[in-house]
Amino acid sequence: MGTVTMEQGLLLASALFALGLLGLLLRRNVLFVLMSLEVMLNAAALAFIAAGSRWVQPDGQIMFVLIVTLAASEAAVGLALVLQVYRRYVTLDTDSLSGMKG
Amino acid sequence: MTTPDLAFYVAATVALVATVLTVTGRNPVHALLYLIVSLLAVAVIFFLFGAPFAALLEVIVYAGAIMVLFVFVVMMLNLGDVAQQEARLLAPRIWIGPALLSLALLGLMVWLLWSGAPQTPLGAEVTVKQVGIAMYGPYLLAVELASMLLLGALVAAYHLGRGE
Repeated sequence: MGTVTMEQGLLLASALFALGLLGLLLRRNVLFVLMSLEVMLNAAALAFIAAGSRWVQPDGQIMFVLIVTLAASEAAVGLALVLQVYRRYVTLDTDSLSGMKG
Repeated sequence: MTTPDLAFYVAATVALVATVLTVTGRNPVHALLYLIVSLLAVAVIFFLFGAPFAALLEVIVYAGAIMVLFVFVVMMLNLGDVAQQEARLLAPRIWIGPALLSLALLGLMVWLLWSGAPQTPLGAEVTVKQVGIAMYGPYLLAVELASMLLLGALVAAYHLGRGE
């Protein structure tokens, strides 16, 4: 048996989450923003798995399944929106997409 | 330091490096490759934590299906000059990074198989059977809601993604 504890798993999860959050805040390309969101969702899933492993309960893996469902829905809708935005404005830069009419 | 510990640290390092390169990348396709490597490394960590079902789903659904969706959309957007991309396709600078990180994960897997490490290295295993019983018992409503969410996403993606 190894000696890695849940805390180290949670530490890794928070590091990955922070990286995703940084990408979300700093990047200006919509595709990279969506990828950062995936990284953050994945980090949250890792936290659930680590906790589920600590108490040997299946709830962590069930939350993981629900998070994957959420990530798939978010990616599908977000990427469809990206396609529409690119078709209309021919850019993926969030700064130049910030103005709205009406 | 025992074998599973070292495996955890190697996988965690690969995940962190690949995620940094994802977030800071310039080319969306290269960033996607690094993101896939990062997801595979996290799948290794899931397995080490005694969650084989989650590790399988991470590889099949996350790194498989969702990332393929991203790749398709990047291809449909058709950013940049295709002929130029083809010419640069074989330059090692492009593929060497993800290849090395994946190689580290492959080496890790082979090493774990050969070293006879315990089946659930970092904690007691939560089996697929337990997960299934809990999922269709107390969590039945959540599963139904997730299916409704997927249906909604399907309809929304179809509506938003169709042509003019």
